[in-house]
Amino acid sequence: MTWNRKKAPTSADTPRARVLNRLLGERRLGWIGLAVALLAPFVDASNYSLSVLTSAALFVMLAVGLNIVVGYCGLLDLGYAAFFAIGAYVSGVLATTYGWSLLATVPVVLAAAVLAGVIIGGPTLRLRSDYLAIVTLGFGEIIRITANNLDITGGPSGIYGIPGLELFGLDLSSPVAFYYAVVVIVALAVVGAARLGRSRMGRAWRFIREDEDAAEAMGIHTYKLKLAAYIAGAVWGGLAGILFGAQLSAISPQSFTFLWSALILLAVVLGGMGSTPGVVLGAVFVSVLPELLRDAADYRFFVFGVLLIVVMIFRPQGLWPSQASERTPARRPEVQKEDAWQA
Amino acid sequence: MAGVADAPGTLSAGPLLDVQDLHLDFGGIKAVDGLSFSAHDGDILSVIGPNGAGKTSAFNCITGFYKPTGGKVLVEGNDITGARPSAIAARGVSRTFQNLRLFGELTVLDNVRAGMHMRMKQNAFDALLHTPRFRRSERQATEEANHWLDFVGLRGDRGGPARNLPYGEQRRVEIARALALGPRLLLLDEPAAGLNHGEKLELLDLLRRISALGTALVLIEHDMGLVMQVSRRIVVLNFGKQIADGTPEEVRRNPAVLEAYLGKDEESHADETEVPHD
Repeated sequence: MTWNRKKAPTSADTPRARVLNRLLGERRLGWIGLAVALLAPFVDASNYSLSVLTSAALFVMLAVGLNIVVGYCGLLDLGYAAFFAIGAYVSGVLATTYGWSLLATVPVVLAAAVLAGVIIGGPTLRLRSDYLAIVTLGFGEIIRITANNLDITGGPSGIYGIPGLELFGLDLSSPVAFYYAVVVIVALAVVGAARLGRSRMGRAWRFIREDEDAAEAMGIHTYKLKLAAYIAGAVWGGLAGILFGAQLSAISPQSFTFLWSALILLAVVLGGMGSTPGVVLGAVFVSVLPELLRDAADYRFFVFGVLLIVVMIFRPQGLWPSQASERTPARRPEVQKEDAWQA
Repeated sequence: MAGVADAPGTLSAGPLLDVQDLHLDFGGIKAVDGLSFSAHDGDILSVIGPNGAGKTSAFNCITGFYKPTGGKVLVEGNDITGARPSAIAARGVSRTFQNLRLFGELTVLDNVRAGMHMRMKQNAFDALLHTPRFRRSERQATEEANHWLDFVGLRGDRGGPARNLPYGEQRRVEIARALALGPRLLLLDEPAAGLNHGEKLELLDLLRRISALGTALVLIEHDMGLVMQVSRRIVVLNFGKQIADGTPEEVRRNPAVLEAYLGKDEESHADETEVPHD
């Protein structure tokens, strides 16, 4: 059995919630979310709030990436920051030491993410999920400690002077331009992950999550598909890493501690595993809330923790849980009758 | 896939499913002890026997969930012994489970789409870009899923989670899912368990309609009325051993079968209370 959630009946099951969810179709919701993200700088465009917003957008990308692994496929990954680190370091090293533009590093980062996904996933995805969680936890630490000790990654002081984003001769390094570029890229990443989730492959991931044996009996090579989920997660994390380097212009091993992996996982669980709107909401919540709580000064993380506990008590399924619901056209009753009587 | 040897030549001439001297040991316990039987196209074969006789273990060996400790399983002449369950499914062998194994949180339609996984023509790029090929394959899958749900006579909501359906309806969905794979051979593990009388009659009709599609059926079943009515042949197991193989008439008269079901006086089994009296 993969990492299964205990299903408690929640308000998400009520007819009212179902109607609400249908009204707010995912597509319409996506446009609303994009509009909010695009309009946010008009409310406050200070460098500080732009940096908070950019971080939130990146966090959304990480959360939808991890959601492929944890939410769709049910594989508990406690070292997701490793892929994020691989993306940031590969592109950072290529951009600083070899002077590549960030765009040019994308194919290399993709290859590195896929490779890392295969290396870590290959041997471990044969294990049942508790073991996988431990091994991924170790993998996350290995990547961080390796970066801490290699010369090419700059050791403990990391890499600095990573250039800003430049796409097709367009300089996007100013905070506002970079924010909008990130929003567009993240929006594509969110749509992409959601589309994968609704495809043949995404369904297979959910079948594995629900019942691995039954999925296998339906001809689904569960090992290959779990590896595919893991690689997809790695790609999303790696690409987010490039943007992270571009935003901060400096990265160090301290940027990729276990806390990151935990916070991304928190965003997924808090939002609602497997649910795109939920995970986006969870990511924004987890990344922006500590900033909003700055007034609480030293009590900031205490209040944050209490709020998380409160949310999980009242919404154990997450803020916006995923739920199985499809519109089915009204069926002509005579069709069924005819079939039932056919001998 | 490991263990799958393509052996052309023996096509269609031999039986669809050929189980040869199957053994499965769990430590010292012989769950399956030298089982041999075969099923041909259009067969309806029942595997019966008291509880713990090794029926489900044999099913799990055939479908790849257990690795048999001895013997062979051939599907259309191809040795599939010890292959991955998905590789065996790819050979056209589909199954249901003794305790319902639906994807409870997913919609009824999605459950049935699982059976079509191997046949759907779309890849990750089609899905990311929503190409015409993607839309076409999704539309076809939905149509086909509805077709199978009609076929099994599902009345409940198809767009909601499968766990919301009543038990009998869930059984139908599981059969629809297994049929959506387009199997040559369908293994049903106690399809009548927990069904009421009316539902059993509908199941009988459904089994006959499945057989009419040209799919061979092998079922494990405790309901003797159903078994005797639907089966062309019956294999009887006791303590992992095959004790009879024949038509319902032959099996009914077989003294070894009567003994297995009613027990001998000098031997007292631990599961005496569970011996059916019919």
